[in-house]
Order: sequence, then structure tokens, then C-alpha cells
Amino acid sequence: MLAKKYFNFIAILVLTLFSFSAYGEETKQEPGNTVNTAQEIKEYIKHHLKDSHDFHFYTNNETGEHRSFPLPVIVWTKDGLKTFMSSAFHHDDNGQVIVEKGNARLVKLHSKIYQLDQGATTVAFDDDHHPTNAHKVLDFSITKSVFGMLLTGLLMLLGFSALARGYKKGHTVPKGVGRILEPLVIYVRDDIAKPNIGEKKYRKFMGFLLTVFFFIWILNLLGLTPLGFNVTGQIAVTACLAIFTAVIYLFSGSKDFWKHTLWMPGVPMILRPILAVIELVGFVLIKPFSLLVRLFANMTAGHFVVMSLIALMITMKESFGAVTSTGMSLVLALFISVIEILVAFLQAFIFTMLSSLFIGMAVEEHDHH
Amino acid sequence: METLLNDFSVGLFFMQGIILIILILLMRKFAWKPILDALQTREDGIQNALDSAENAKLEMQNLQADNEKLLKEARAEREAMLKEGRELKNKMIDDAKAEAQAQANTMIAQAQAAIESEKKSAMADLKNHVAGLSIEIAEKVVRQELANKDKQLELVESMLGDAKLN
Repeated sequence: MLAKKYFNFIAILVLTLFSFSAYGEETKQEPGNTVNTAQEIKEYIKHHLKDSHDFHFYTNNETGEHRSFPLPVIVWTKDGLKTFMSSAFHHDDNGQVIVEKGNARLVKLHSKIYQLDQGATTVAFDDDHHPTNAHKVLDFSITKSVFGMLLTGLLMLLGFSALARGYKKGHTVPKGVGRILEPLVIYVRDDIAKPNIGEKKYRKFMGFLLTVFFFIWILNLLGLTPLGFNVTGQIAVTACLAIFTAVIYLFSGSKDFWKHTLWMPGVPMILRPILAVIELVGFVLIKPFSLLVRLFANMTAGHFVVMSLIALMITMKESFGAVTSTGMSLVLALFISVIEILVAFLQAFIFTMLSSLFIGMAVEEHDHH
Repeated sequence: METLLNDFSVGLFFMQGIILIILILLMRKFAWKPILDALQTREDGIQNALDSAENAKLEMQNLQADNEKLLKEARAEREAMLKEGRELKNKMIDDAKAEAQAQANTMIAQAQAAIESEKKSAMADLKNHVAGLSIEIAEKVVRQELANKDKQLELVESMLGDAKLN
């Protein structure tokens, strides 16, 4: 009991500290220099939308000090696996700081880690600012997104295992956090899984659907906090989620499903191969692709709009004055943030809904006429 | 599209995959399975309770109907018994009456017959007596007549007086 209280206290403390310190990062500073022009704001937003290798709160412009904590970098280079803390890059994101690990020379450039080619000592760029003598490495680092996912996973495990323990203790009605979580679980089961997959077969897919629903939702909500997470706006993350769905429905497809997909009954013989190609492409490529792009685009756009509105206070300062522009940016950003709270739920719902719809299509047994 | 592809991090994809698989497995074991089971049990329990309540209600209704039927039967039976009793009573009274009547009739008839025979014998006696008396008177009259006419009348007179006294 005491430990639980202690944990809650720490959690609230950490969240409060994070939100205070991180506001500076979102609105004003880029590591090392102030953000004042439209170009800088654009760069800053672009930088935020990307994944990053350290957890950066803010930079003190006068002293040039960075407030952040490093995250572990784990990369697979040509010379084997290298691990070190991201603080080794000293917050450099332009390929200036070279980290030498054995024979491998590593630099960080626009949130990506590159390995310099044999013999090169500095990064050379072409006209488009692409490095010419370095190439990307396989990056398994605990980046900010991975950190966010781990945090989400931990939160889910804590919250839902507490609910599960409550039932085991013999409470038929949950207590505490379970009171909020139980209706959500029932909602996913009764309004998403059952109607789409069917009463008989839904149970098998509940593990995936529930996990994905809460995973996406919590990550979306984390993205709305000033911590600067943008996990569901990483295309790799949404792609992975979509591929999971695709793999699940393709592997649980019933005989009827494959028959209807590959050799559609009831249509002229000559159309059947064409339909088979269309259906196959639809199930293997288009449906997962629509899933991944929908989530990615919605969350990225949300972050982009919120940050742009916050940046209004800088871009509109000259035409409206500091007070008006700040007021406007506050009101608009608040408005969009409220909408984003809805979108955070909506996107989690849509992803789960469509996943269960596709699974439902795949497991359906047709009655033959 | 190029930036999108450039932003696609294979490492992140890989990490996400591993995290998701582990998370799904852990959540399934420690959260979803117990939660869904508990919910199922609870819902089944509620359904059962509702069903049994419904059954109990039906049973109650049946019982009530039975009770009413029993009551009705009992009432009908009582009615029938009362009716039977009344009939029996009437019949007994009638029978008793008829028997009494019959007995009275026979007794009356016997009495009448006895009276008749008594009367007959009494009449016969009376006749005999009157005949004897008449003869006696006639005898005395005849005897006196021969002696005195007055005396004869006197005799008849006294004779008659005797007969009156008798």
C-alpha cells in the first residue's frame, strides 16, 4: 500500500516536472539556438515529428546548457553491435561529433545514425545535404519512441493487471483505476470485436485487439502531453501495427475466405482471375497500407497543427503584438488540443475497428446457397 | 514519399514488433484472460440470476393458479356435500313421515276394526238385554192384565220406572 502511494507520488512528480520543463522545448528552443523565424519553426516542427535518441526537455540559451537525459544507443554496424549512451553525441544532430567505437565511426544526422565509410574522418555532403561518405546503420536504440512504447506497456501492465487482480480477489465490481478500465474493456469487446468478428470467434482475437486499442490510445494521449512523444506518428510504428493485423487476418482466414478471395463463386469464369488479383492485392497490400497511413497521417497532422498554432505566437508577433498573438495561439492551440484528445481516441477506435472488421471478413463462414 | 521512406526506421520497426509481441503475450496472460474470464463469469451469473428469478416468478404464478384451482375445488366439494346433506335430511324426514303415516294409518284401522267389533258385540248384548227385558215386561203385563186393569197399568208404569232406573 505504501509502495503504491509512493509510486503514485513519484509518477505525478515526474509528470509535473516533465510538463513544466518541456513546454520550453515545444515552443521556443532548438538545441543551441532560439527559434524565431518561420524557417526555424518549420525545422523545429520537423525535428519534433521525428524520433530522437535522447529525451530532451529544454536548452538554456544563455549558458547553452541542455536539460535532457540520454537514452541508450544500440546499433548494428559493419563492425558488429555497438552500444553507448546518446550523450556521446553531445546533442549534435548535424554530423559534427564523431563517436568512435572500435573501428566504427558514428555520427548523428537529422535523428539518424550514420557510419562513416572506411578512412573518412568527417561527413561530406552533396548539394541536397545528403551525406556522400556515410551510410545508415541498423538502429535498435532505445529511442524516445521505444521509450514511450515501453512506458505505455508498463502503464498498461500495471493498470490492467491491477484490474485482473481485483477480480481474482473476489471483487465482482472493480475498484480504483479498474472502474475506468473495465467499461473500456467491455466497450472494445461488445462494440468493436463482437459485432465485427462474431459471437463465436471473437475471443481468440481479443488479446490482440485490446492490446492494440489501448496501446495506440495511450501513445496518442502521450503525444498530447508536453513530453514531446510522437510515437504513433512514426511510420515504422504504424506499419508494424498494420502488418500485425494483416498477418493475423491472413493466417486466420477460413476456407470460405480463401475460396471467395481466390476463386469468387457466382461470377463469370473469365472475371475470376481478375477478381482474385484485385482481392489479393486488397487484402495483402491496400488494407494494411490504409491502416498504417491513416493512423500515421492523423497523428502527424495533429502534432503539426498543434505545434504550428503554438508557433503562431512567434509568427504573428510582428503583425499583432506579443499579447494578442500569444492569446490567439493559446486559444487556438487549446481548441485543437481538445479536438486532438477526441482524435486520439478516435484513431485508436478506428484502427481496432478496422482490424476487427478485416479479421471478421477473414474468419466468416458463408452459408452456401 | 521519399522523406517518408527516409524516415522509416527499420530498427524502430523491429523494436516495435518485439515490444508489441511481448506486450500482447504479457497482457494476455496477466490481464486480458483473467479480466475477460471474470467478466464472462459475472455476466453468466447475472444471466442465471435473472433466469432463475423469471422461473421463480413463473413457478409462483403456477402455484397461485394451483391454489386457486384447489380452493375452487374445495368450495365445489363443500357445496356438493352440503347439498347432499340437505337432500339426505329431507329424504330422511320424508321417509320418517311416510312411515309414521303408514303406522298411524294401520293403528287407526286396527282401532276402528276393534271399535267396530266392540260396537257390534255391545249392540248384540244390548239387543239381547232389550229382548229379555221386553219379554219380562210382556210376561208381567200379561200376568197382571188378567187381574186388574188398573193394576196392569200401574205395573207397566212401575216396570217402565224400573227400566229407567236400570
